Order: sequence, then C-alpha cells, then structure tokens
Amino acid sequence: MYRISLVHLLRRAACAGLLIAGLAVCTAATIAAQEKPYFVTYSHDLEEPGNLEIETKTALARPQGSDRFGATATELEYGVKAWWTSELYVDGQTTPADSTLLTGFRLENRFRPLMREHWINPVLYVEYENISGADKTALEVVGHDGQADLAERNFDSRREHEHEGEFRLILSSNARDWNISENFIAEKNLGHDPWEFGYAVGATRPLKTALSVRECTFCAEKFTVGAEAYGGLGDTWALTMRDTSHYIAPLVGWDLRGRMRVSFSPGFGLTGSSLDRVYRVGVAYEMPQLGSLFRGAKGSVR
Amino acid sequence: MRGPALVLLAVILSLGNAASAQHDGHFSSVPAKDRARQNPLAAKPDVLAAGSALYRSHCAECHQPDARGDGAKKPSLRTPEVRTATDGDLEWFLRQGDLRHGMPSWSSLTQAQRWALVGYLRSLQ
Repeated sequence: MYRISLVHLLRRAACAGLLIAGLAVCTAATIAAQEKPYFVTYSHDLEEPGNLEIETKTALARPQGSDRFGATATELEYGVKAWWTSELYVDGQTTPADSTLLTGFRLENRFRPLMREHWINPVLYVEYENISGADKTALEVVGHDGQADLAERNFDSRREHEHEGEFRLILSSNARDWNISENFIAEKNLGHDPWEFGYAVGATRPLKTALSVRECTFCAEKFTVGAEAYGGLGDTWALTMRDTSHYIAPLVGWDLRGRMRVSFSPGFGLTGSSLDRVYRVGVAYEMPQLGSLFRGAKGSVR
Repeated sequence: MRGPALVLLAVILSLGNAASAQHDGHFSSVPAKDRARQNPLAAKPDVLAAGSALYRSHCAECHQPDARGDGAKKPSLRTPEVRTATDGDLEWFLRQGDLRHGMPSWSSLTQAQRWALVGYLRSLQ
C-alpha cells in the first residue's frame, strides 16, 4: 500500500505555496490587505463590502496510533456589508493510507453589532455545519474533542453525520499595531448531543510597522507574526477540563503582491488528548469589488 | 437560556444603533484630542508615494483612482468637507470607518499607513 510521510505532505504543501507565491510576484503590484494569519481565532476584521476572498486552510497531523492526514477547508468569504461577512466552506480530507473524501460544508455569518471602532469590538458569529465524522479540518476545538476522534478510519467515521450550529462571541482589539482577539465558542449538534464549549485567543503584529515604499516580496513589512491558543472547555454533560485538547500555535503571515497571502502555523498539543503537532498552511486570494460586476459600474457599497 | 440570549442580542444591537445615530456627520463627533492630532509623517519624503500605493490597493476600488467617486453612492474624496477636515479628523475616520454606510474600518492598517493615507488625501485637495 502506498504510504506518504508527513515530510512529503509538507513538502508538497510548501511547493504549492511557493508556486502560488511565484505567480503572485509576477502579477501586478498591489499592497495586500492586512489580514491576520489566524487559523482558529477570528478578529473583528471583516471582508470589505463587495470583495470575495478565496482561501484554503489545510491542517496536517498524525493522531497517535493512526495514519497521517491532510484536511483542507476551501473558504469563499464575501463582504455583504461593511458590518456583515458571509462565508461558505467546503471541507475535504485525505489520509494517504486510507482514502480521500469530501467531508461536508459550512455556512458562516459574522456580524459587527457596533458600527464604530471601540477599545474592544464584539462580533457575533453564527455557523451551520453539515459535515461527516471524517472531517478533520479542526477549525475549532470544542468540548472533549481529542486526537482519538481524528484516529478513526474514514470508512467508519464518514457514516456519522453532524448537523451542528456553532456560535462565537468574538472580542477583538486593534491597538498600537497589535491585534488581540478572544473567541468564546459554543457548539451544538442539532440532534441530541450537548452544548460544547471552547475558546480561541490570539495576538498578531506586523513584523515592521514603519512606513515603507519598497517594492519587495521578502522584506519585513510583508510579514505578520503572532500566536494563538485554542482548546475545548467541556460540555453541558461534563463541564470539566478533563480530557480536553489545548494547543498553542505560533503564526506567520506573508502578504504577497496581487492580493495574495500565505499563512503558516505549527501547533503544539498541550494535553494528552491533543495531537502532538498540527501544521496549518493557508493560501488566500482576494478579488476586489466582485459585487460591482453584477450590479454594474454604478454599484453601491452600502 | 434562550430568553437572556435574545435580551443580550437586543441590548448589543440597540447600543450599536444608538452609537451610529450619534455619528451622522462624518467628522462631527471626532473627539477633540483626535481632531488636534497632526500628521507625524507629513514631512517625510516617502509619505505621498506610500499613501498613493495604499490608496490604490485599499481605496481606489470604491472611491475610484481619481478619488472622485462614482457619482452615486461611492463618494468623492475631493470635497470641501474633506478639504477642511484636520489630519486628526481624517485619521480618526479611517480608523473608525462608517460601517453603516459601507466604509470599512481601517484599524487593521498600521498607524503609519493610516497617516500616509491622510498625507495622500491632503495632496489630492
């Protein structure tokens, strides 16, 4: 049976990233939006109205006693209003020693209830997930989620269908070029399962904040660095930290020309239930004012 | 559980509406401390070039490359209101945005980038 090592998976992901980066360098020069390189945490930055961002978020890991896997969420993020961003995720997963499959979709909406910038900015997040048990994108860690959930064979886990609602209260601040974000997560299987809780917190800052007019690709001002921590907080049946997973993950974001962005994050498990390591790679491309194409040249941003 | 959550949501939404209702004029509610701020980068030789690049990547898609808007709902930035605004007014407005009317908050830009945009907007007037 053909087996592929994590090193090979990472190498392929890195090659894909570099290829995309190379293409981006060759495109017209623009300064990329200052998106944060978070993978699990959300800040209060929403998509600009009318813009569409396409992003892939890939997680690579190996649960203890099981096979390595790569799970990718492809995300279409559209700025409906300046205070409302809507997203569609399509998730897939490959376990080289097992199988490759689509694992479901998610519909997500984020709303900023306050129309001005404050010291702490709340965002309300509502998501519907229609995924199978084989979904391993790990875009949130809640309840007693652990590596055992990720170790099942795809043949077995794909039979489990999860219709879930996820709610987050996002609190986020931009101060002195830092972003600090805290997310409180509540997730409910719309069937019989209990409410599950989790958290995600993160902080990021551009590597260089001084003004620069250099046309460059690898210079410090193109990079954003930071860290995020996330994990489960139990559920309504067992509101305890026992058997919960927790991770800490440094973050690097690289803004490329042509409105592209590459993000990377090695996450490290902090408890016995956690994966030892989970590597995340994100590639994003933003299409400006897509909405105007459908509304005509006199389109509105309102 | 559902009742308190709905009440909390209603309170947050009403706070948002109240806050936005107070800020109908673009610069009418800029705090005095912010209004008095001067552009610390105004004398830097690179500020216009940097501001121009930022304008092209973040602002031109709505306000048009010449900053005259589209004549409809994407407003011109070459107006008496912008011309008479202080540097501090403009930086404050960039940071705040006007979410209700489609203007994103640019608090995600660095302070230096916002001041560069202010410098560029000044050069357009």
